[in-house]
Amino acid sequence: MLLAEGLTKRFSGLTAVDNATLRAEQGAITGLIGPNGAGKTTLFAMASGFLKADAGRVSFAGEDVTATPPHMRAEAGMARTFQIVQPFAGLSVRENIAVGAFLRTPSRAEAMARADAVGRRLGLGPDLDRAAAGLTVAGRKRLELARALATEPRLLLLDEVLAGLNPSEIRDILPVIRAIRDEGVTILMIEHIMQAVMNLCETVYVLNQGRMIAEGPPAQVCEDPMVIEAYLGKGAAARMRADAGGAAHV
Amino acid sequence: MTPRDLAAPAAVTLALCVTPFVGLDGAMLNLLIFMMIIALAAQGWNILGGFGGLASFGHAAFFGTGAYATAILQTKAGLGAWPSLLLGVALGAAVGAFIGFLSFRSGLRGSYFALITLAFAEVLRIASNSAEITGGAAGILVRLDYGFWNMQFEDRRWFAVLAVICVGLSLALVRWMERARFGARLIAVRENEEAARALGVDVFRVKMGAITLSAGVTALAGCLYAQNFLFLDAQVAYGSWISIEALFAAIVGGLGTLFGPLIGAVVLLGVGEITKAVVGGVPGVDLVVFGVLLILTVAFAPGGLAGLAERLGFKRPGAKRIGLKGGRA
Ligand SMILES: Nc1ncnc2c1ncn2[C@@H]1O[C@H](COP(=O)(O)OP(=O)(O)O)[C@@H](O)[C@H]1O
Ligand SMILES: [Mg+2]
Repeated sequence: MLLAEGLTKRFSGLTAVDNATLRAEQGAITGLIGPNGAGKTTLFAMASGFLKADAGRVSFAGEDVTATPPHMRAEAGMARTFQIVQPFAGLSVRENIAVGAFLRTPSRAEAMARADAVGRRLGLGPDLDRAAAGLTVAGRKRLELARALATEPRLLLLDEVLAGLNPSEIRDILPVIRAIRDEGVTILMIEHIMQAVMNLCETVYVLNQGRMIAEGPPAQVCEDPMVIEAYLGKGAAARMRADAGGAAHV
Repeated sequence: MTPRDLAAPAAVTLALCVTPFVGLDGAMLNLLIFMMIIALAAQGWNILGGFGGLASFGHAAFFGTGAYATAILQTKAGLGAWPSLLLGVALGAAVGAFIGFLSFRSGLRGSYFALITLAFAEVLRIASNSAEITGGAAGILVRLDYGFWNMQFEDRRWFAVLAVICVGLSLALVRWMERARFGARLIAVRENEEAARALGVDVFRVKMGAITLSAGVTALAGCLYAQNFLFLDAQVAYGSWISIEALFAAIVGGLGTLFGPLIGAVVLLGVGEITKAVVGGVPGVDLVVFGVLLILTVAFAPGGLAGLAERLGFKRPGAKRIGLKGGRA
């Protein structure tokens, strides 16, 4: 569904993403992990067209979209959320989601109805008429997801949608993400929370200092000495296995 | 948009249509006409600055283009008044599209955009002050010749009705915008461009649409001005006075609201007139009053008078609008 090949981005001297390649298989949940500042968000920005890559190419559903502006990628079925949430602060929650829904219908009534449905599904039902600016952190994260989902995407790029949520909120949202996948939406998610990655992702990519250092099933990636050394630090493998065990009960 | 959505604009327009016939004297009639012209100019400003968050200091560029086109097409090209007015609106919209294309292509926003619009208006003012076609510094006169087809009415009440109808049309246009996908996208762009883009909004196109509509509506105000006074010079057409009054009326009335510009124009000019009557003919006293009203609005009623009315509980029927919780100053 998404293939990013050899993507490179330099910010005045600093190479934030260095020749990184990543593939999100149709119908799967793919994870992208890595320490803070590894370049994950930058990689997303290039995949979704918000940043121009210095090198490399992006193809989406078999089409080269390297030079396609972000709004056209969205129209083609690529939706993203922002790590730093970007609500339309002056609008209600319903209106926020409706802006996404308007991508597929010019009708206000249809867009509002779709916004209601998507909002309820993400547990925003009681907040639909509230100003988006008044939402809690968890609420804003849900709103990001709801707006993206309202565009009826084929590919969802999720940038740390679970960060800042407490364990019970995460427990609520994980089945929703899985259900979205089950409806045929391909998902690529950046995540810090290991349980989520272990639990949801079929394949995980590990980015470190801009370079892709590992890929594979989560369990295998956690065993990878390169990953343990470079990213997780010594002794982390054992902790990871413990996490994986714990995740089974989530 | 349903017929019910048009109920409030239609009611307001009808009520205003009646006012010229309730025994207004000549001065009051002139004031009413002028209020309508400023309300139109302000509504144009509101489309771009209120709904789109793109404040302009140069709406005179559109006002003046509409005004000059109306005057010049009649006097130099021998066109009728009505087609001249329509062409004036189209030309004003085209000037808007041109300025928008240059500004938005290069991603200008905020104060940079505002200053670019000011610069354009000033260039047009200076150019029209020396150009031959505009009559240069002497200005341009439209020959007095009463008749419906000349859009000149011996009974000035009919011109007032015409101005009110134009305001009514602008209300219908903005009501449509509020209900349409275009309006939702324009507000989304105002609130957060990046997020809008991520949701498939072509930000450039939305801004182009907004400035074109905005310029067209303000140009219509200019057309009416020219036809009402039958005289124009560069200072009147492209002077910063109209940019400022359009902006003041829109902000005082309530940014991003349907009736804000109309309310703002009526209140500003009304209070200005009362002040002149009380204080006498001190030059510039109405500008002082405008300034005070603007400061009071920003300090105490950031949603403008329309927002204030809503806060005090005067909810309009069917007031389920997208993104218009008050407004933004
Ligand atoms: N717009 C920018 N300008 C300059 N440096 C940036 C910019 N965006 C990100 N960076 C830098 O690029 C690196 C990668 O950042 P980011 O992609 O946000 O990492 P991650 O999402 O993995 O935490 C960081 O060192 C960050 O400071
Ligand atoms: Mg990040």
